[in-house]
Parts: sequence; structure tokens; C-alpha cells
Amino acid sequence: MGSRCGVDPTTIRQALMHQKTLTELAIGLEKGEFSSVELTQHYLDRATAHASLNSFITVTPDLAISQATAADARRASGDAGPLTGLPLAHKDLFCTEGVRTSCGSKMLDNFISPFDATVVSKLGEAGMVTVGKANMDEFAMGSSNENSFYGAVQNPWATDRVPGGSSGGSAAMVAARLVPAATATDTGGSIRQPASFCGVTGIKPTYGRVSRYGMVAYASSLDQGGVIAATAEDCAMVLGAMSGHDAKDSTSIDRPVEDYRKVLGADIAGLRVGIPKEYFGEGLSNAVGERVLAAAKELEALGAVLVDVSLPNTELAISSYYVVAPAEASSNLSRFDGVRYGHRCEDPKDLEDLYKRSRGEGLGKEVQRRIMVGAYVLSAGYYDAYYLKAQKLRRLIAQDFTQAFEQCDLIVGPVAPTTAFKIGELSDDPVAMYLADVYTLSTNLAGLPGISMPVGLADGLPVGAQLLGPHFSEARLLNVAHQFQQQTDWHQKIPAAFA
Amino acid sequence: MSNAAWETVIGLEIHAQMATKSKIFSGASIAFGAEPNSQACAVDLGLPGVLPVFNQAALVSAVKFGLATGAEIGRKSVFARKNYFYPDLPKGYQISQLDHPIVGRGMIDVVQEDGEIKQVGLTRAHLEEDAGKSLHENFVGQSGIDLNRAGTPLLEIVSEPDIRSAKEAVAYARQIHALVRYIDICDGNMQEGSFRVDANVSIRPRGSDTLGTRTEIKNLNSFRFLERAINIEVERQIDLLEDGGRVSQETRLYDPDADETRSMRSKEEANDYRYFPDPDLLPVHVDDAFIDSCREQMPELPKLRLARFTDELALGESEARQLINDRATADFFEATVAASKQPRHAANWVINELGARLQKADLGIEQSPVDAEQLGGVLQRLADDTISGKIAKQVLDALWAGEGKSADEIIEAKGLKQITDTGAIEAIVDEVLAASPEQVEEYLGGKDKVIGFFVGKIMQASKGKANPGQVNQLLKAKLKR
Repeated sequence: MGSRCGVDPTTIRQALMHQKTLTELAIGLEKGEFSSVELTQHYLDRATAHASLNSFITVTPDLAISQATAADARRASGDAGPLTGLPLAHKDLFCTEGVRTSCGSKMLDNFISPFDATVVSKLGEAGMVTVGKANMDEFAMGSSNENSFYGAVQNPWATDRVPGGSSGGSAAMVAARLVPAATATDTGGSIRQPASFCGVTGIKPTYGRVSRYGMVAYASSLDQGGVIAATAEDCAMVLGAMSGHDAKDSTSIDRPVEDYRKVLGADIAGLRVGIPKEYFGEGLSNAVGERVLAAAKELEALGAVLVDVSLPNTELAISSYYVVAPAEASSNLSRFDGVRYGHRCEDPKDLEDLYKRSRGEGLGKEVQRRIMVGAYVLSAGYYDAYYLKAQKLRRLIAQDFTQAFEQCDLIVGPVAPTTAFKIGELSDDPVAMYLADVYTLSTNLAGLPGISMPVGLADGLPVGAQLLGPHFSEARLLNVAHQFQQQTDWHQKIPAAFA
Repeated sequence: MSNAAWETVIGLEIHAQMATKSKIFSGASIAFGAEPNSQACAVDLGLPGVLPVFNQAALVSAVKFGLATGAEIGRKSVFARKNYFYPDLPKGYQISQLDHPIVGRGMIDVVQEDGEIKQVGLTRAHLEEDAGKSLHENFVGQSGIDLNRAGTPLLEIVSEPDIRSAKEAVAYARQIHALVRYIDICDGNMQEGSFRVDANVSIRPRGSDTLGTRTEIKNLNSFRFLERAINIEVERQIDLLEDGGRVSQETRLYDPDADETRSMRSKEEANDYRYFPDPDLLPVHVDDAFIDSCREQMPELPKLRLARFTDELALGESEARQLINDRATADFFEATVAASKQPRHAANWVINELGARLQKADLGIEQSPVDAEQLGGVLQRLADDTISGKIAKQVLDALWAGEGKSADEIIEAKGLKQITDTGAIEAIVDEVLAASPEQVEEYLGGKDKVIGFFVGKIMQASKGKANPGQVNQLLKAKLKR
């Protein structure tokens, strides 16, 4: 017999699929509550319904349905893994064969990669379904997602606010439940800060843990792929599948990948959690500071021991980062010259004109600014004063962490000094925007892993805290975040318009 | 071409293409002459997202070069990006090495034309990737780009400014050319661009120890062009300075058709390459075990082989040098010695008799129709007096023509065995003397030269088989004055 109100309960269940976490959806697929095609179609519909959020650059319905169909067939044949049939989006700097990979830039608006990034192929082999490509700051340069050729992304919690950046599309679409997970990258905070602004969980693993092959480079020595999802457990699932050594990336590290989900739930009693005083000083808004400290107290309640630590060179991270990253970017982006692919100006009159106009037209203002800075700090006569000095600072910053981790097992701190700011509020003041990266940059300079998790709301806007650990402590970070999320419900909150 | 007043100072930069199977940072083939862009993979095209992976075979080649020149091997070498825009440079930078090259200082003994040895310092040798090629023909109003060559491994070998003339420069370049082929790291094909030379040329007043302003002549792809380009550049600089002008630091190109060097770009126009360590590649660490394994793969080095040839095989220095210049020749020589136990004969015959025939036929020693075993057989018969030198040459010709498998077979079949029976020779001598009374008179009258006439006649009558020593002895006894 049908239900009393005349609606099939399956339909209701399916209509609310997006409220589930990736982990819950995996169980649903496993139990046969819904198929991957149904699940995928549901998310595709949501992506269309909430297109105004602008979190997608490209939605790939045909590809998604064909992958979902294949995933269902795989499941029927008994060959499904834990991720098979689960939808996700890729940040639009992961190369996807046959699908535009724009990097948020006019330069690559017409670019279709002939190959998949290692991350894309690994998740594809696990059976995940690609529903589209996520919006981002152009070439991952930015902290607000306002530097996208495809326009700003709205924060689902307040559509007049930024979602953070550069993985703003990834964070916003997870927060709005347009996908259960999205890949992202973090060069100076680009996973953690948007995750924090959008009230979701995002992990940036140790440098070298995830292959950079096919991940279009911004700053090669800092870039690292990771994932944004609703919970730490969801992140653990996806991170496990995307990690691992890749012979195509010389900086990828040959070290077995732990089973991140298996360690979730391990007791954290006695774990020493460091509170760096430099992360709680001037510049940090009270609203953020209070909630991050409250989260630390929550960890203490779980048996962790809070210890004061110091990262004395924290402030130098800004100047070090904004030399090293632009330097590498200026060189990495030289290949976008209008010669072989990408934007080419109309009727170039000679070679120089071809270069100047193709790049001038194809690359946005912030990208051009960083290329100029990068070319400057590498030029003859300035290299020692800027680039070499920045590399020295980088070593000092790494030393800070080494010393801190003698006194603690992980560090807790704010991700950003404030909650999400308004679209347009800082876009004319690049330096103010750079300064707001102070808590995230040093992690990348030291190559360390970090996870951002929601720890509260302030004036209706999410506040995030980050946990930082020594190299290859992803399992520990995920477990601690998971333990926290077992005690709190911030990660379950969905902005009303998207529930 | 320097004159009494001016001294020429030259340093060379040689780009030797490493004979690896695949490119230095990708798996694409480096074979020459393929269809444009058919050997350029995503990495070579510089597509977004690609990353370089260092080909260890190029490292082995570079370390071998370091070992062969006795140079320092960089225990930690670092790849750096050299940034500049050019259509045939897909990434907008070339991966090269700057501060930490794979090969450091060394010294090369250069044998000059007159046989004198000159030492030329090696500054460094570093690994880098080649660029592609711009094609300007067949494209109306446009240029084509062929990226097959992009990413081909190069070893850039940089000399100290120790070279003092175009001839010395050629001798040095030839020496390096022979060496890289000898240790089998480069095919040395100059037409195909596997071995290219840039010359840094300056002049200074004789006696001065400060360097003059230099110009760099790029991409010289033959030894003849190298010599010519340096000589005319030196003349140009002397003319400039003697007319009160100044040499400006610039890059120049040699135009063989016009036989002149032309300015390509000045120092002011030169790029600021904004070198920095390539963050996509880890520093390359080389340890003793790796160096030993490279050493084990190397042939005996020319220097050691030279010493062995002169000391153990008692060859003359210049003879030995001619043999070791080329590894295949040296190997052929050694195989000939093994087959004949006649090092002096073997040296002479490999260099002169076989050498001349090969040169005439335009063949390398690897393609010689006569192998070392066969040549050794000829020399054995020569040494044990079975045949004379003259007959030996005939036997060699017969082997060359494929008339037999071995010297013995040919000697037997053609009846070329030397006549050593004194009685038989005496009969021929008597016959010849009896038939030439006039010449006998002349000889007895004091005309020594006539002896050659008799020898010739006797050898002719014996079909070359009479032992020349015995013929001489008998003649002298019979014609006692």
C-alpha cells in the first residue's frame, strides 16, 4: 500500500539525498536505496536549480550519467568499491579529458585537455562520478573567488558574501549540497579558507601526498591537492583514494597511504594540542577567536591536553609566500603564450604583439600582478634580496613547526581572521587580502598537512578552525576532526535556502 | 689569425646530444627525422598540468663524461629554469642547470695538428633540454613549429678561455667529439645537430692578462665553419680595434654563404633569464656506488689505452694516438694484434693499408670488408716470411674483394708462398743477369742504382715470390766489384 499522504516514501527519501553525507550516501548505494544514476541526477538537478550560486564553471550531465550508469553496472556485478557511484566535482584546474579545463581563466576558456589528471583518473577508477568543474580564482590566485573569468561565486550562507578562495566553487557547492564532495587545491590556504567561510570540512595533505600531475600549476613547491566535503569522515574516504605515489610527479612521495577511515574513532586522550600564541593576537576578530578557543576546549573535554606553543616567524610567512609563489607562478604561466593552445589575440602583427596581446587579454588583473611581482623578484640584481631571502624565511618557518611539534602533536588555530567578507569589499585592496592569509600560508611553506572544520556560526556566518600536524599526520588530523564532529553539529548545518 | 700585436682568446661551449632512447624529461623518442610533432608528447608540448620526470639514462651519460675527463662529478646537481619566450620553447622556460652542474672542473689534453699536447680547462658540463625548431619554409606569412627536438637531452660542455687560435679550437672540439663518441654518449652527427659548437671569441694586446670584450658565435655545425668563423671574427675584431673602435658584447651568427659573422642580438637586448631552481624536480644526488656503476659501463678510456699501446705494445706515440682517436679503430687494432701477435705490423696496417682502402671506399672501420681476424692472418704470414710485404698487400686486396676467407687460403690458392729456396732464387738471378749484360756493365762501372733494375726483374720473374732479402744478398755476391 502507498503512504497515507499519497507520496511514495522512496521519492521523499530520494528528494532528501543531498542532506546526507558522502559516507551515508555510500551506505545508501550499498543498500540499494537509490542508484548512482538517481543520485547523480538529483545532484545535477540541484546544480541547475542553484546555478545562480555560480559555483560551477562547467556542469557535465552527459558524462556524469554515463559514469553513473557504469557505476551501477559495476555495483550490479559485485565489483563496487566504497566510492563507486558517488558524485563529485573537480576544481577546474584538474585536467579532465574531453572536458574544458579553464583554471577560471579566459586564457583557457577554449582548452580541452587530452588527458586526465592523476587525481581525476584515480577517483574515476574508484568509480566516482564527475558532475562538473568547480569555479575558482583564476589559476588559483586569490582568497575570495572574485578573480574568476566566470564571475564571483556566492557564499551559500549569505549570497552577497564571498565563499573564500581559491577553491571557492568547491566549498560553496559542498556547503549548498550541490555535490557531496569536491576536489580542491591549497597553495596558501585555498582549501582551508573557503571551507572555513562556507562551513564545510577541507583537508590539505602533506606536500607530495597527492600527485600534482595534471593539476595546473600555480606555485609548484606549494600546490597540493585535497578535498572538501561535509565531514572529516567524508574527506577521509576521498583523500584515501586520491593519494599515493605517482611516477609522473617527481615531487610525489613514495610512501604507503594509510587507511584514513580505519583510524577514525581512535582515542585522543592525552593528545597534546598546541595553541600558538601568534595565531590569537592582533588582527583576529573576537568572533572567530572565541569559537576557535571553544573548539580547543571541546578537544580538551575529549581528553586532549592543551599546551601553549609559539610559531615566532608566522608573520614572515606573508612576505615569504608572496615572493616564492609569484616567482614560481611567473614561470609556470609562461606557457600560456597564445602559440599552441589557449587564447590567441586577433591578427597579431608580429611575435611580440602575439605574446603581449594574447597574455594581456587572456590573463586577469591579479594573475598579471603576480606574474609581474614574480618576474621582478627573480630578475638579475633582485634575486638574492627577494627570492633567496624568501627561501631562507621559509626554512625558519619550517623550523618553527619542527620545534612546536616537539611540544605538541598537533596545532589548533583560526583559518582566517574573520568570517566571509562581502563581495567587492576587499577586491580593490590586494594587500589587505594578502594579509588575511596569515594563518594558512606557513603550512604550505613548510609542506605540512592541515584540515579546516566548522566550529560555529557568528552572525549567521560559519567560523572554521584548522588543525595542523607534522608531515604525514593526515590520519591524526582526520581522526581529531572526526572526534570533534562526533560531539558537535556545526558540520551538519546547511544554509536554509539549500536544505 | 691573430697577428704579432694581438692575442686571440677563445672558449667553446659544445652542445652534445645524449644518445638516450627517450627525452630528458619525458618518454617520447628522440630519433631524428620523424614527421614534425610526431615525437612530442604532452610534456614536450608544455600542456597545462604536465610535469617533468628526469631520465636517469641522461644522468649516466653525463657522469661518464665527467669520469672520462677526470672532472669533478657534482654529488648534488640542481635543475634550474631558464626563462624566456620563444615559439619553439613550449613552456616559456628551458630546464637547465646553473649553480650546481652535474660535471664540474676538469682538464682536457688536446693533441694539436703538430702533435703537441695542449691542456684546455673544462669549466663545467651541465644537462639541459633542447628546444624545438621553427620552420619558416612552406608557411605563407606564418611560421611552423616542430617540437620533436624539444626535450632532447643535451650536455653543454663549457671550456675555459684557454684556447688561443682557431686551429686549437678545432683540435679541442675534435677531441671532445671523439671522446663523446668513444664513450658512446653521443652519436656526434653534426649535420643532424647532435654536436653543435658556440665559440666565445675575444682579442687582447699580446702580453695583456685582462680579457677583451667577447662575442659569441652561435651554432657552428662543422669543424670547417668553426675554424673559418673564428678566423674572420678575429679579423673583424682586430680591424675594429685598430680603427679605434670597440668590440661590443653580442651574439653573432656565422653565415657560411657570405663567409661573415653577423650580429644576432646585443647584450642590451639579451634576456634576463631569471634562473631559479625548478620546483618540479628534486636535486639529483649521485653517490659512490652510482659513479662506480657508471665506470663499470665505460670502455677503457683513451688516455689509459694510449699508455698501454705505447708501453705494452711498444707503439710510437703518434701511431698510438691515431689508433685511439676512434674507439672502433682501437678495438679493430686490438683484435688484429690478438690474431697476429704483431702489434707494430698491426698498427701500420690498420692505419695505412687498411685505412687507405677504407678511406677510398668511404667506409668506416665497422664496415670494413676485411675483419681483424683476416688482417691478423695476413700479418702472421708476413711476419713468418711466408709472404713479402708486397704480396701481403695483394693478399689484403684479395680478401677485400672476397676472393677467399683467410690469408692462408688465398696464399695457397694463388701460389703466393714466398720462394726461400736459395737454389731456386739463384737460378732466377743468373737468368736475369745473363739477359742484361749492359746493365751489368753499368753497375760494375759504379752505377749503384742499377741494382734496383735487377731486383725488379727478378721479382717480376718470380711473380713477386722471391724473398727480397735473399735476392739482394745473392745479387751483391754475384756482382762483386
